[in-house]
Parts: sequence; C-alpha cells; structure tokens
Amino acid sequence: MHVEEKLTPETFPAAPERATLEGKNKFLGFWLFLGGETVLFASLFATYLALKDKTNGGPSGEELFQMPIVFMATMLLLTSSLTSVYAIYHMKNFDFQKMQLWFGITVLLGAGFLALEIYEFYEYVHEGHKFTSSAFGSAFYTLVGTHGAHVAFGLLWILTLMIRNAKRGLNLYNAPKFYVASLYWHFIDVVWVFIFTVVYLMGMVG
Amino acid sequence: MSTIARKKGVGAVLWDYLTTVDHKKIAHLYLISGGIFFLLGGLEALFIRIQLAKPNNDFLVGGLYNEVLTMHGTTMIFLAAMPLVFAFMNAVVPLQIGARDVAFPFLNALGFWLFFFGGVFLNCSWFLGGAPDAGWTSYASLALDSKAHHGVDFYTLGLQISGLGTLIGGINFLVTIINMRAPGMTFMRMPMFTWATFVTSALILFAFPPLTVGLIFLMMDRLFGGNFFNPAAGGNTIIWEHLFWVFGHPEVYILVLPAFGIFSEIFATFSRKRLFGYSSMVFATVLIAFLGFMVWAHHMFTVGMGPIANAIFSVATMTIAVPTGIKIFNWLFTMWGGSIKFTTPMHYAVAFIPSFVMGGVTGVMLAAAAADYQYHDSYFVVAHFHYVIVGGVVFALLAGTHYWWPKMFGRMLNETLGKITFWLFFIGFHLTFFIQHFLGLMGMPRRVFTFLPGQGLETGNFISTVGAFFMAAATVVLLINIVISVKGEKAPADAWGDGRTLEWAIASPPPVYNFAQLPLVRGLDPLWLEKMEGKKELTPAEPLGDIHMPNSSFLPFIMSFGLFVAAFGFTYHQETAWGLPVGILGLLITFGSMFLRSVIDDHGFHIHKEEVLELEKKGANA
Ligand code: HEM
Ligand SMILES: [Cu+2]
Repeated sequence: MHVEEKLTPETFPAAPERATLEGKNKFLGFWLFLGGETVLFASLFATYLALKDKTNGGPSGEELFQMPIVFMATMLLLTSSLTSVYAIYHMKNFDFQKMQLWFGITVLLGAGFLALEIYEFYEYVHEGHKFTSSAFGSAFYTLVGTHGAHVAFGLLWILTLMIRNAKRGLNLYNAPKFYVASLYWHFIDVVWVFIFTVVYLMGMVG
Repeated sequence: MSTIARKKGVGAVLWDYLTTVDHKKIAHLYLISGGIFFLLGGLEALFIRIQLAKPNNDFLVGGLYNEVLTMHGTTMIFLAAMPLVFAFMNAVVPLQIGARDVAFPFLNALGFWLFFFGGVFLNCSWFLGGAPDAGWTSYASLALDSKAHHGVDFYTLGLQISGLGTLIGGINFLVTIINMRAPGMTFMRMPMFTWATFVTSALILFAFPPLTVGLIFLMMDRLFGGNFFNPAAGGNTIIWEHLFWVFGHPEVYILVLPAFGIFSEIFATFSRKRLFGYSSMVFATVLIAFLGFMVWAHHMFTVGMGPIANAIFSVATMTIAVPTGIKIFNWLFTMWGGSIKFTTPMHYAVAFIPSFVMGGVTGVMLAAAAADYQYHDSYFVVAHFHYVIVGGVVFALLAGTHYWWPKMFGRMLNETLGKITFWLFFIGFHLTFFIQHFLGLMGMPRRVFTFLPGQGLETGNFISTVGAFFMAAATVVLLINIVISVKGEKAPADAWGDGRTLEWAIASPPPVYNFAQLPLVRGLDPLWLEKMEGKKELTPAEPLGDIHMPNSSFLPFIMSFGLFVAAFGFTYHQETAWGLPVGILGLLITFGSMFLRSVIDDHGFHIHKEEVLELEKKGANA
C-alpha cells in the first residue's frame, strides 16, 4: 500500500501501522527500542534495591510513602493505558475523531499522574528526603524520576501528534506514529507497575 | 569517487556529507572519523611506550601519564574500533542482503553524528584543564577522587552522547536485517558478516543501556550532588563495577564478532570455497553472544564476591572457549583443500588465527579465578586483551579496509604496499605484546607510569617499545597507500575476481540506489552460484521501475550538536553562571529539532526509471 493514498473506512487496512514498509520498520524498531529501555530500567531497579536501605540517617521509605496518593497516581496511569487502547481501537476503525478524543483523555490522565508525582516529590523534600541527602535519595529519585521524565515526554509526544494531524485525519503515514506512541505509553505503564510494587509496596512493608 | 561527486565543488561535497542519509556515505564518514581517532589513540600509545622505554623515565609522568593512558584506552575502544566496525557494517550489510538502504536512513545519520560529537567532546578535555584520568574503566573510587579538573566529566558526558549513537545504530541494523532482505535471502543464506552484524546489534541493544545508567550515576555524583558511589552517604562503588562490566564484557564481543564476520568472508573468498560449517558458525556466533552476558564478573574476581560467585563466573567464562574453538576449526577447514590466494586481506586472516588463539588461551588462564589473583592488574592482562583486540579486531579492521576499499571508493589499494603494511604490523604487534606476558608474570603492574632498574624489566619494556614503532610505521605505509590509491587502478564490480556475496555484483562504488533491480537470491553465496552457472549478473526479482529514496537532512547534525552544547553547559554548571542556561539551551536545540522532525512530513523522492537506466549504462562503462 502507498503512504499518500487517500483512504476510506472500507479501504483502510486492518493493521494500518504495518501496512507500509516504513510502518513495519517503525513497528519493529520501536519494539526493539523498548527492549533496550527494559534493560535501562532493570539497571535502575537493581541499583535501587542495593541502595534502598542506605538512608544516611534520613527518613526511610517506610516512614515516607503514603498509600493514598501513590494509589491514586497508579489508578490514573493504569486507566490512561486503557484509554489509549480505545484510541488505537478507533484508529484501526478509521474513526479519527474518536481516536483524538481518547488520546485526549489519555493525555489528561497522564498529566494528572505527573501532577501527583510532582506534589509527592515536593512533600518528600520537605521531610528531608532529597536527591543529595543519601544513597537512597539518589537511587529513588533517579528511578522514579526517570519514569516521570518518560511520562512527560510521552505526553508531549502524543500531544504533538494530535495537534499536527488534527486537520488532515488518518493516513498510512501517521498511523504508525500514533501506534508506536501508544506502545510507548503502555511501556511506561508496565514500568510503573514494577515501581509501585518494588518501591512502594515493598517499601511500606519495610 | 564516483564521476558525479568529482564534478561538485568542495563546499557542495561537504554539505552533501553533512546532510547525507545514504549508508554508503555514512560508511565513509565512520571510516574517516574512526580512522582519525585511531591515529590519535595510536599517538597516545606511542607516548606511553616512550615513557616505558627505560626505567625511571620522565617523558610523561604522574597525572599526565594517567590522562594519556585513559584516553588511549577510551579512544581506541569507543572512538576507533566501534566506528570502524560501523563503517564496514554500513558499507557492506545493506549490499550483502540486497537492500537499497538501511531501515532508518535518518537515524543512521543521527547515530553517526552523535558518535562524532561525543568523541569530539571527550577530546575537548585536552584543551580545557585536562583529560579523564581514571582509566578507560573509570572505576568510581578513582573517578570520584579525580577532582583537579573536569576530565572525568568529559568522559561521562561524551560517552553518553556517543553511546546513544551506537544504540541507535544497533537498532537500525537489527531492523534492516530482519525487514529489508531481498527476496530469497533467508536467514540461513545470509553472509557471515551480516550474521555477525545482526548478533552484534542485539548485543549493543542490551549492553549499552547499563553503561548509560552507570555513566548517569557517575555524572550525578560528580556534577549534581548524587551519592550513588559515595560510601560516606551510603553509596557503593562496586555498583559501578557491575554496571560497567555488564556492558564491558559484551562490548568486547561487540567488537570481535564483526571481526570474525570479516574474516569469514575473507577466508571463503580467497580459499575460493564455501565457508566450512556455515550453520555451526551461525550457532557459535549466537552462543558466544549469549554466554557473553553471563561472564562479566570475571573482571571482578579480586573484589571479594566470595568463592561461590567466583567459581560460577570462572566456569561460565571458560565455556566461551568452546564456541570460539568451533569457529577456529571452521576457518581452518575452509582453507583446507581450497585454492588459496595470498592477497593482503588473506595475510591478515591467516595471521589472525594463531594471534587470536594466543589471546584466547591467556583468557582461559585468567578465567581460573584462583590464578587470576596473581595475574590481575598486571601486564599479563594487558597482553591478553591486546592479543584479542589487536590480533582479532584491529587485524580484521585492517583486513576489511584492504578488502572492501575497492567497493567503497572504486579504486584498488596497492597490494605490495598492503603486504608491507601487514608484515610491519604483524611483527610490531608480536614484538610489543608477547613480551608483556612475561613482564606481567614478573610482577609489573599495569597503569603505573614507571618501573625501577635492576628488577629484570628493562629489556622486555625496551623490546615492547620498539615493536610499537613498527606498528606506527605500518600505519604510515597504509596512509601512503590510501593517498596514492586516488590515482590507482579502477576497481571493477567484482574487484577481487572471486566475490561470492551480493556486494560484488554491483558497480564499485555502487550507485546511490545500490540495486537497479532487487536481486533474487537462490542460495548461500548468491553471486558465486550465478557465476558457476556461467552468468555474469544476478537474477532480478522485480522489473525495472522508479526507485524510492530518502531525503537528505541536516537535522541529525543539529540534534547531536545540541547535546554537545548541553554537555558543555552541564560540565561547568557548578562554578559558572552560564553553565545551566547553556545546558538548557543545548537540550532545547536537540528537542526542538526532534520536534521539527516529528511535524515536518518526509516522504522521500523517486529516481525515475529512465535516470536509473542512464546511470546503469554509465556504471557499466566505468
Ligand atoms: C576465550 C575467551 C576469553 C576469556 C576466557 C577471557 C577472559 C578474561 C578475563 C578473566 C579477564 C580479566 C582479567 C583480569 O582483569 O584479571 C579478561 C580481561 C579482558 N579481556 Fe578477555 N577473555 C576472552 C576473550 C576476550 C576477547 C575476545 C576480548 C576482546 C575482543 C577480550 C577483551 C578483554 C579486555 C579488554 C580485558 C581487560 C579489561 C580491563 O581490565 O581493562 N577478552 N579476559
Ligand atoms: Cu571479559
């Protein structure tokens, strides 16, 4: 299929993200990139586990972490993953407006998550848990902060795609772009599930 | 140089290279910049050997010696060997699989420019206070203590930038090889060099992120008040060692697997015989890559991990010798019964076998954890890794340069000069490093800037220095050869007359679109198969038509330049007011150009059928 072809719901392929060679390459390349990202986060997790008790006299995870706010953040991010699935569902059905709508909701939920995280960090710093105060601090902020930076980047990315394509709708040139952005979003979500478990749940039981 | 390139002015050629996304030109860029860094690293090596030529020498002492030694290792691994390997991957792999380009031409250019700016940044340290001085492994305990200047910061930031480029390159080759193969080019028909590139790229994908993480930690500790490695605040320096070697051991295979690939091509070509045990070669390559991830702690036997961990890593390390042995025998059997032509590349290939095997043998000796307490941090280790890296990787890079030069530039290199280069280099290499085994066993520690008289170390060190000058002379001959090749004999498509793989079926240098018609691949060594059936050309898999090409772009250069600027800013942000704004400005340049890349459509263009026909006619006459 050709990239610039004008499409209708009838001619739109079932897997628009892989209908062109460029799309196929992007799809595979992005999966591989996520493989590398996995190793990156694995290294951050390993370091965190090695340093999480090295509080250098400051507050420990057990004293710091608050279930309600972390739970809220988790719910927001998990839901945003679901809404991005809806967006891709509508993309495959060539329903551009609905796709935009669901991506819009995804972005809002993600922004909510990010706001909670910033608030949370702000609180911790007030309680004496800083990046510079201990090995635990450095490892915590680097792991959770790297994830947060990914969320922020993802938000900007999805927004850029939505605005850029708002007037022209879907085609085989931008469908793969939306698709890999949603893959990225799911990946961020999966990483968060691990952070929630390893950092917060395990941290709260001490 | 193609006829089209010669008509252009210097400015146009320069602009062409700054914006190119063509894998063949990117290969030139990698070869030239990798080559320059190789000369720089070589010069540093000469300085080291001059200092060690006699006891109590004062040519390069103390801190300066540490800087030169650190930069020698760092430059050779990251800025010479890696890009030179990438040069051949770019020049050859798309041709070997019958593709018109790589999967992501834009990212290919980005990968190069990131490497380039990372390397330039690292070397700027020479002029800005001092170079990194904590060794190429930059152990955190040393690196955090290096406070006299910003050297180590140039290391952490420079390698992050160039490492990103390498990662991008790795992903690009994985996708290229999986998605872009010509019809009929199944996995088990891929040339060995392509297989090596494939497996190496997978290693890059999984090995570089831990390095990046380690570098980020070190950067945080030195520049942003982090405490990852600061024991006073609960940090642990051993974490750096693990992260570094989880990257570092796979890295040595990232370098040597492509070298194996290059030699596999050369053995088959100049023995004029199919590679012996092709499938076992593929299997061995994959197995080495897999095992390569399980052995990193053999660099840490003396850290105190305990006898159980040491024993496990010791045994795991020794098992790598098995697939490596398989390869050695396959190369020998490829030559056996072949009708061998001793060209320059073949000289390197034959010399590689005993040289590399010696490095493998000392590797297994080092892998015996108990014995390693004696060898560790002595010149014995220096001898080991130079035997594998020079005897394996550098020999392969020199062999590959002679072998593929005609394909890349359209001119033959002079064979006589090539053989002179080989003999000087071969003799110089063994002179320099063989004796270092004994120096190490006699107790000479590595990384120390001098030694005392009367301990029996004088003769050995002197011989070693003499050898280094032989290698320098070899390099000079190679450069002369390259310069005179500009007027040298024009290379035909099948430059050696014995080509087996697809790259030898198209003009030297190939036209921009590589294949006017994508070839139909009917087996391993497709060109050889066609030649055996009396044909001169490949069987096409498609009719002649318009060819789709990617657009050139200056954005990869700007994106990388942004990070270069940002790195300067962050290096100096603690003591200057301009540091932070400059750092942020650099990041804005990078993210801004990423934004532009995202919002500006790039559909490429077409070369029309008529033009293709015309270019093909010209190519055939040349
Ligand atoms: C049979 C295969 C090999 C084995 C068993 C082996 C084993 C070892 C061991 C145990 C060490 C650590 C020595 C010490 O520091 O005390 C070592 C160091 C090293 N090896 Fe190998 N090796 C093998 C192949 C290779 C290859 C193929 C390369 C590169 C192409 C390589 C490059 C290095 C380097 C660079 C170091 C030193 C790193 C440093 O401390 O600066 N090795 N090897
Ligand atoms: Cu190793």
